[in-house]
Amino acid sequence: AGKKRTTSGEGRERQRLPARRFRTTSPAALRADSVDGGSLLAPLLGLTDRAFSDCPDLADGAMEKMSRVTTALGGSVLTGRTMHCHLDAPANAISVCRDAAQVVVAGRSIFKIYAIEEEQFVEKLNLRVGRKPSLNLSCADVVWHQMDENLLATAATNGVVVTWNLGRPSRNKQDQLFTEHKRTVNKVCFHPTEAHVLLSGSQDGFMKCFDLRRKDSVSTFSGEATEAGPWEWAMAGWVPVLPVISCCILRLYHSFAHGPMQDAESRANDARESWGCLLYPLGLCSGPQAGQSESVRDVQFSIRDYFTFASTFENGNVQLWDIRRPDRCERMFTAHNGPVFCCDWHPEDRGWLATGGRDKMVKVWDMTTHRAKEMHCVQTIASVARVKWRPECRHHLATCSMMVDHNIYVWDVRRPFVPAAMFEEHRDVTTGIAWRHPHDPSFLLSGSKDSSLCQHLFRDASQPVERANPEGLCYGLFGDLAFAAKESLVAAESGRKPYTGDRRHPIFFKRKLDPAEPFAGLASSALSVFETEPGGGGMRWFVDTAERYALAGRPLAELCDHNAKVARELGRNQVAQTWTMLRIIYCSPGLVPTANLNHSVGKGGSCGLPLMNSFNLKDMAPGLGSETRLDRSKGDARSDTVLLDSSATLITNEDNEETEGSDVPADYLLGDVEGEEDELYLLDPEHAHPEDPECVLPQEAFPLRHEIVDTPPGPEHLQDKADSPHVSGSEADVASLAPVDSSFSLLSVSHALYDSRLPPDFFGVLVRDMLHFYAEQGDVQMAVSVLIVLGERVRKDIDEQTQEHWYTSYIDLLQRFRLWNVSNEVVKLSTSRAVSCLNQASTTLHVNCSHCKRPMSSRGWVCDRCHRCASMCAVCHHVVKGLFVWCQGCSHGGHLQHIMKWLEGSSHCPAGCGHLCEYS
Amino acid sequence: MAEGENEVRWDGLCSRDSTTRETALENIRQTILRKTEYLRSVKETPHRPSDGLSNTESSDGLNKLLAHLLMLSKRCPFKDVREKSEFILKSIQELGIRIPRPLGQGPSRFIPEKEILQVGSEDAQMHALFADSFAALGRLDNITLVMVFHPQYLESFLKTQHYLLQMDGPLPLHYRHYIGIMAAARHQCSYLVNLHVNDFLHVGGDPKWLNGLENAPQKLQNLGELNKVLAHRPWLITKEHIEGLLKAEEHSWSLAELVHAVVLLTHYHSLASFTFGCGISPEIHCDGGHTFRPPSVSNYCICDITNGNHSVDEMPVNSAENVSVSDSFFEVEALMEKMRQLQECRDEEEASQEEMASRFEIEKRESMFVFSSDDEEVTPARDVSRHFEDTSYGYKDFSRHGMHVPTFRVQDYCWEDHGYSLVNRLYPDVGQLIDEKFHIAYNLTYNTMAMHKDVDTSMLRRAIWNYIHCMFGIRYDDYDYGEINQLLDRSFKVYIKTVVCTPEKVTKRMYDSFWRQFKHSEKVHVNLLLIEARMQAELLYALRAITRYMT
Repeated sequence: AGKKRTTSGEGRERQRLPARRFRTTSPAALRADSVDGGSLLAPLLGLTDRAFSDCPDLADGAMEKMSRVTTALGGSVLTGRTMHCHLDAPANAISVCRDAAQVVVAGRSIFKIYAIEEEQFVEKLNLRVGRKPSLNLSCADVVWHQMDENLLATAATNGVVVTWNLGRPSRNKQDQLFTEHKRTVNKVCFHPTEAHVLLSGSQDGFMKCFDLRRKDSVSTFSGEATEAGPWEWAMAGWVPVLPVISCCILRLYHSFAHGPMQDAESRANDARESWGCLLYPLGLCSGPQAGQSESVRDVQFSIRDYFTFASTFENGNVQLWDIRRPDRCERMFTAHNGPVFCCDWHPEDRGWLATGGRDKMVKVWDMTTHRAKEMHCVQTIASVARVKWRPECRHHLATCSMMVDHNIYVWDVRRPFVPAAMFEEHRDVTTGIAWRHPHDPSFLLSGSKDSSLCQHLFRDASQPVERANPEGLCYGLFGDLAFAAKESLVAAESGRKPYTGDRRHPIFFKRKLDPAEPFAGLASSALSVFETEPGGGGMRWFVDTAERYALAGRPLAELCDHNAKVARELGRNQVAQTWTMLRIIYCSPGLVPTANLNHSVGKGGSCGLPLMNSFNLKDMAPGLGSETRLDRSKGDARSDTVLLDSSATLITNEDNEETEGSDVPADYLLGDVEGEEDELYLLDPEHAHPEDPECVLPQEAFPLRHEIVDTPPGPEHLQDKADSPHVSGSEADVASLAPVDSSFSLLSVSHALYDSRLPPDFFGVLVRDMLHFYAEQGDVQMAVSVLIVLGERVRKDIDEQTQEHWYTSYIDLLQRFRLWNVSNEVVKLSTSRAVSCLNQASTTLHVNCSHCKRPMSSRGWVCDRCHRCASMCAVCHHVVKGLFVWCQGCSHGGHLQHIMKWLEGSSHCPAGCGHLCEYS
Repeated sequence: MAEGENEVRWDGLCSRDSTTRETALENIRQTILRKTEYLRSVKETPHRPSDGLSNTESSDGLNKLLAHLLMLSKRCPFKDVREKSEFILKSIQELGIRIPRPLGQGPSRFIPEKEILQVGSEDAQMHALFADSFAALGRLDNITLVMVFHPQYLESFLKTQHYLLQMDGPLPLHYRHYIGIMAAARHQCSYLVNLHVNDFLHVGGDPKWLNGLENAPQKLQNLGELNKVLAHRPWLITKEHIEGLLKAEEHSWSLAELVHAVVLLTHYHSLASFTFGCGISPEIHCDGGHTFRPPSVSNYCICDITNGNHSVDEMPVNSAENVSVSDSFFEVEALMEKMRQLQECRDEEEASQEEMASRFEIEKRESMFVFSSDDEEVTPARDVSRHFEDTSYGYKDFSRHGMHVPTFRVQDYCWEDHGYSLVNRLYPDVGQLIDEKFHIAYNLTYNTMAMHKDVDTSMLRRAIWNYIHCMFGIRYDDYDYGEINQLLDRSFKVYIKTVVCTPEKVTKRMYDSFWRQFKHSEKVHVNLLLIEARMQAELLYALRAITRYMT
């Protein structure tokens, strides 16, 4: 063993070697992140070139590595394999001897030292001796001194800190017992360079610094020390002894600064003297007030700064202390939401501290700046129990979790979502991890609750990245499609034309690689963006439609007309037709303005009525029909046919027409396309017309329909009856029309629709199918709009879940387009309970009182603290009722009108607070 | 008379907008008047055979309405509603209809009504709490009124309960209430059962289920066993229990559902403890909370019987206090002195390891003998017992059994590190809410003890907390269980043990006989500690079993 040891001098020298020497150079390795289909474009762009490489690929540079390790270890080589051994009991913590050949495992009922040999772990020493198991041996933590290989310290669950001297001749190696903590000690930590300084952090909220040459602690640090209350009192007590202390600190410094002990005895005396006088004022100031301070979860001496240590707390705080100043911490910040379980100083970068918490995050902080700055944040899947920087790899750290997840992960902090490596050996939660040698990044040791001790080799780790999908695909808001993949892959496949027939053209571009980026040249991926054809108009129609549609507040007929108009203006004829048809179906004949009819009659049927027009062309005179048909096919027929299947009834009709000319009717009506029935129903109600059932079409053409039509109108269909005078009126029109276009019977057919006595209920199925059709086609806007406009008329036909699904999809779309008002209107108009509660969620506004500037906790506008009404207008000094606008910067505000007026003239706050207000 | 017409909608009253409330109340008034008219007309023409049945039905319906109104007139946080409801009741009375009056002496039978905050006299913070609670539930229950002694806790409590019952969660709403009923019924807590039967029906639960657990879906029946063990002997929960629930083919629970159910069960077990521990009276609008009889007839309340409190009236309430005011004064002094001593000499005499270990065992064993003298079996009221099976199963002392159950060590599985992570993983946000609640309950202090101010009570609170965990076999390595014996006297221990383990046996005598000089608010505070410690203990066992199942 002696041969393997390196002196600390050599160790320091190693630190100056370049930190990153494992960069794989093989460009073949594609390391683009996969991106969820649902995520937005931005992360995709950010990630595709985010390769990482620092994980050394042993296959690559095995030789190089071996030689390097050799130099680092002063002639000896660390070798070994992935292996594990069974312990008798669950482990709570492990720690490695500085010779990298021994590891100590501690737990509630285990405390053993194992030698790490080539092929196996060999039990070397059982430190758990004694007649009866004592709670002092129930270890929560263990640490092996990095200077003195005979020295260990354990933290016991009953609050005792024990040190162990392996050099003792007796079987019992226990050295000292510190029983100063009142609760479980969570962590112990030796000073990295000073032989006798031990730090402990406990559940009782105190950290204690022990000098191993003394029987009790030399200083106590309280997690609450920064709180003003108890501290002022303590300071008062301090005043008379201050000069003594300053001199003590000076001497303390000297005692630290001296090299390793030359004359142990004399120095012990010396220390007792110097630390002794420190003791009294300290004991005075830190009168234990259990229960008030937050529990300490971890303490760690800084590796580089001699006097600094960090401590983490159950309330999420991290504190930085100067060992010489127990009165207050140097710095405190909130690092996590919930307890911070662990922290680790970066071995090379002076100011870097990694913390892991119950909130499942690992954060890397830069402590050199004025305020602790969060450099990186790694999101894990379970609360983080331990975190350890990986030696020699600047950005790597290993973590294990407290619960549920049993694996050990090694992360590249720059790549926070996919672990660089993963060790999956353990069957229960891992409780302790340690890198075997401070300068060898390939051996990791771990202990676990499953009672096993493991050595993991980095080359045997599984690398999740390799299993990850290296391609990303994402839709943009306006129909753009982005696709990122390995460059070679794209190049190889570009010959193939996967998007034939698509009117979008791919625009390839390569992201410029930034030479400063650490991964430059390693990941070369191509990003392709497919834009929609400019002529296609993108999603403009969606926004326009959403904004202009009228959904409520007017009679149904008007709404339908309005919406049909909007749709037609946007060139969406099919939709316009649908609206018009809906009007026909659901509005009683009487509501149709007769002017319309007259108008059409006046034109001799040659010109499309609004209704006729929206109907299919087959009912037009041939000449006219062809014209319109042309028009239509130019418009949306093409795109529609692409998008719609054969189920798309309207288009099929057109196709039929185009191919078969004007002699369709019989043929067409007998056609076996099921979907056409929708259309036909619209056509045939006239057969119910009792007065001239057979004058229009030969009966044999409609054998089936007759039956349906003959079903008596439901008794609840009162509207029709009420409007009977109009019915007769339109009948007259039909009569007058019929002779004109006698050649074309269908024309009158559709006119006869006016006097249909069919209840709108009759169309329920049809309308439902129509809505489903639109929704499936992707036009959920139409489905929802119709749903809202028709309201009760169709709601019962469509099951709740589908409705809810449509609503949520539409609202989601609207919000993506930032059509907040429309979206809210839709939410309001929806009848689905799950949807209408959407705008009742997160309705809380957090407001500051305009007088005392503190958050208003109570409801209403009266401030708890200053008991004044906070909603005063800063301009007119009256209480604002109704719209209140306020500046988020200074909390002042007032009537909307007043503030608007004020801001025209001045940019300062009307309250005179001097704030430059911003109202957007 | 169409059904829809008579449907009374109370939800309008929960609005924060006073005009909405007013219209809602007006509607209610109309409906009630209509019903009254109808009833009178029926009475006047008694020989309409077809209406025979609906007559009693509708008069029942009317009575329910009136009871609800009565509740509103007393317990609504909005003054306008209180006044208007009272006005309606009065006007109905003038029509010759019998109106109900509240029974009992306020929200709690143990605490004199005058000690408890009156609705209407609360401060702004409390009013906000009340309004929240009212808006969420449509009522202000007696539990809330008692807990409002500690508004900070109440806020967290209500938030958690609201989330558990009404917000996102894996279980359907009626399941949640049904599980609440199951849990409360385990302790024969008719108060909670009644409350949740109403809620259960309100959210559309099948009334058939209420006839007994065997009428509920198999899935819920499977939960019965866990409910039973969890309520009385949580240390017996094994991963086999969990496995049995998760792998029951079509009746399987998912992990998330199970965690939700476990949280609900533990919540209602401990809430039952609170209900009995503070002697919560039945709600005014529930059975036993009001009577239509004139005051003189009887003061009989069904819940008292089930609670073994038949003799409320005869009990010489004040005798204990009268006898020994000075005695109890010394009680407090002695307790303070002990705390002081413990604080000071803790460092001096250090007990040996064996000593410490045996102290836990002693405390554990002793807790077994701590029991109230009136240990007679109380047969549960029929209507409550049908919600669970195996009525004989009850708390058996942790260490009494022949089989050896290993001590649960908090250092190996604690709420902060392990339980929280598991709950939050499977039922997001709830871990956080419960965590906050535990924290508030554990750290709540006003630094007072009876008439003393500026007392550090952390030691006492920790002793109580750990004593409860000790009864469930949960041990803290870093705690000297000798402290418990020093700080908690026998009558207090009896009370704690009864409230936590067999809450249905709590009597007013027990409540009165411990800590006689302490204020009621402090006794409620103790109850909060008890129920939270109990909930945590149950949760720890259940979650540990789930964790073991998962690994």
